[in-house]
Amino acid sequence: MMAGVGGGNDFQWCFSQVKGAIDEDVAEADIISTVEFNYSGELLATGDKGGRVVIFQREQESKNRLLSRGEYNVYSTFQSHEPEFDYLKSLEIEEKINKIRWLPQQNAAHFLLSANDKTIKLWKISERDKRAEGYNLKDEDGRLQDQFRITTLRVPVLMPMDLMVEASPRRIFANAHTYHINSISVNSDYETYLSADDLRINLWHLEITDRSFNIVDIKPANMEELTEVITAAECHPHQCNVFVYSSSKGTIRLCDMRAAALCDRHSKFFEEPEDPSSRSFFSEIISSISDVKFSHSGRYMMTRDYLSVKVWDLNMENRPVETYQVHEYLRSKLCSLYENDCIFDKFECCWNGSDSAIMTGSYNNFFRMFDRNTRRDITLEASRENSKPRAILKPRKVCTGGKRKKDEISVDSLDFNKKILHTAWHPKENVIAVAATNNLYIFQDKMN
Amino acid sequence: MFSKGTKRKFSDGGEEISDESLLGARVASSYSLQRQSLLDMSLIKLQLCHMLVEPNLCRSVLIANTVRQIQEEMTHDGSWHMVTEAFCSAGQSPSERLVATEVLCRSREQDAEPKLFSVISYEGCCEEEVVADETLCSVSVSDTVSNVCLAGRMGQCWEKSELSGIERDEEALEDSRLGSGEEEEIDTEDGASTESPKTIGQVFGTFEIKNGSPGPDSALEELFSDVDTSYYDLDTMLTGMQSAPKMGPYDLLDSLAPSHSSPSIVSTPNCRSDLNELDHIMEIIVGS
Repeated sequence: MMAGVGGGNDFQWCFSQVKGAIDEDVAEADIISTVEFNYSGELLATGDKGGRVVIFQREQESKNRLLSRGEYNVYSTFQSHEPEFDYLKSLEIEEKINKIRWLPQQNAAHFLLSANDKTIKLWKISERDKRAEGYNLKDEDGRLQDQFRITTLRVPVLMPMDLMVEASPRRIFANAHTYHINSISVNSDYETYLSADDLRINLWHLEITDRSFNIVDIKPANMEELTEVITAAECHPHQCNVFVYSSSKGTIRLCDMRAAALCDRHSKFFEEPEDPSSRSFFSEIISSISDVKFSHSGRYMMTRDYLSVKVWDLNMENRPVETYQVHEYLRSKLCSLYENDCIFDKFECCWNGSDSAIMTGSYNNFFRMFDRNTRRDITLEASRENSKPRAILKPRKVCTGGKRKKDEISVDSLDFNKKILHTAWHPKENVIAVAATNNLYIFQDKMN
Repeated sequence: MFSKGTKRKFSDGGEEISDESLLGARVASSYSLQRQSLLDMSLIKLQLCHMLVEPNLCRSVLIANTVRQIQEEMTHDGSWHMVTEAFCSAGQSPSERLVATEVLCRSREQDAEPKLFSVISYEGCCEEEVVADETLCSVSVSDTVSNVCLAGRMGQCWEKSELSGIERDEEALEDSRLGSGEEEEIDTEDGASTESPKTIGQVFGTFEIKNGSPGPDSALEELFSDVDTSYYDLDTMLTGMQSAPKMGPYDLLDSLAPSHSSPSIVSTPNCRSDLNELDHIMEIIVGS
């Protein structure tokens, strides 16, 4: 039995909740494009293609319901980005939210950054549960009274009101990206953050919106010579001068901002030598890295390419320390996947809170988890069929050839339209959020 | 599949063709058929990327690299020569067919070479383009210099051109090979651009005059604060508007993909609706 990933042999994943419409007809705007827990795990944010952000909040665990952890309920919904029109190019700028990143909480309000292709916005989400009443400055119709009519000084009193959660844009960071933004990452100094597009990476100060520093620029002087683009970037979790960025050629560069203002020269260069026996016309495409994530410890980083997830030790540049095959059975189907463009799908990956396990998505609404200590892996499915409360998820298996066993699914039956690109793991607990097209699934461990 | 493996060449000559060499020949031809089909598929993908809202640069680069790989291998084989002979109308040498990323992402015009870019250039603007680009990327956008050059270029742009709904190649937009214009080729485009650009030209003309004086003009800054000049290149917009497209290597691909028509046909309705929309937007802005 392939259970046990994420925390011990008795460990099993159970269905907890699913959010989103049940309709077979999926509205394009409802497709979830990013999922992110905040630092405490109390809040879970999703962004969609329609430019909306939905934040879920975990309810307090009640002592009466011992068998279930707190559920996530909608806390706030707001329109983060609107479609824009670029007059010069005569093109629409999509409102799709590419990334959401939370800021660490410093006061009662919550802050997050949300980015579409061109613009990053800092949103403040705050609660209001009191209202000031008792002003005597206005008459019954709401008009301001003449000053001579006001004869007493009345101090308004704070009265409780129904909880209202407000989201307001506090900063708009615009006009700094010619190409499409693929990553944003908050620095450990909590004052700056980086944003990366296909060819450039900019460093911003959270308070300053009218300028940013360009720290990486790989745009060639002659665009005809362009053969490589930036695919993802992230700040180191502890060292505020270090960041990494990955490329479409399967390389990762680690840069130190103390070395130079423009970090075109990397401090470390991570690349695994290619296996000549498996070389094909698709080798480069499948080596393109779609996501890069530092471990919480800061000692490792993980990269996702089309068929595998690799864990790198920052001290070793010539090869990864661990490689996990996500769906190796697709290697023989690369031509079809190239034809239907699935080969360009960008899967994300994530660590669990203790860095002992990693998770990433696949097709047919499957997602995979790998335990780094036990080397066990498991394939699970996000589907409405397994959506009874606390139902244990059954491991899934793809049959690669020969006789298909019962409960196995053959490669040709996989639904390539059902792709899980975005997943998130609670920073402290075994709770995971999996985005399956327009539905958000929340799974948690079975409490023994 | 398309793994390289070991290729066996056709054995020449005929007395006895052994089973082995026949099999080898079949494998080789099947491989080159597959390779050719991959090449065709890739070229179609590159062209279709112009139909989308905005091409995904990563995808375009990866496809272009794949095409280059195939081309290099075919050149090695000597089979690329046969391909280019089939396509070439004017006997250009095969080496010219070793296309770079940027050309692959452009329209299928055969002689849409550096020459064409220089047609729509505006002399003296190429440096400004670079400056504006850097300005946008690293310094405050409220820089006066960039605003002035923005307005100047916009005026010229709209007077000469018509919006193309097709040419979206960002790499071409960034191309800095803006040389001196060539009068003849500018004239041939006039047929396509008539009514609406004049209105827009007038509108932008007034902006140009307004912005003649230096110093920050807050209304104008606000108007252009969303504008990204580094995207700004007329060349590619007009590339798709050539009235009489010559038969180029990529025209043959049109027949491979019957579902999508050549740009000159599709662009006009798109252009008109885009222009109407722009007209409307400009009226609102000017009116206020």
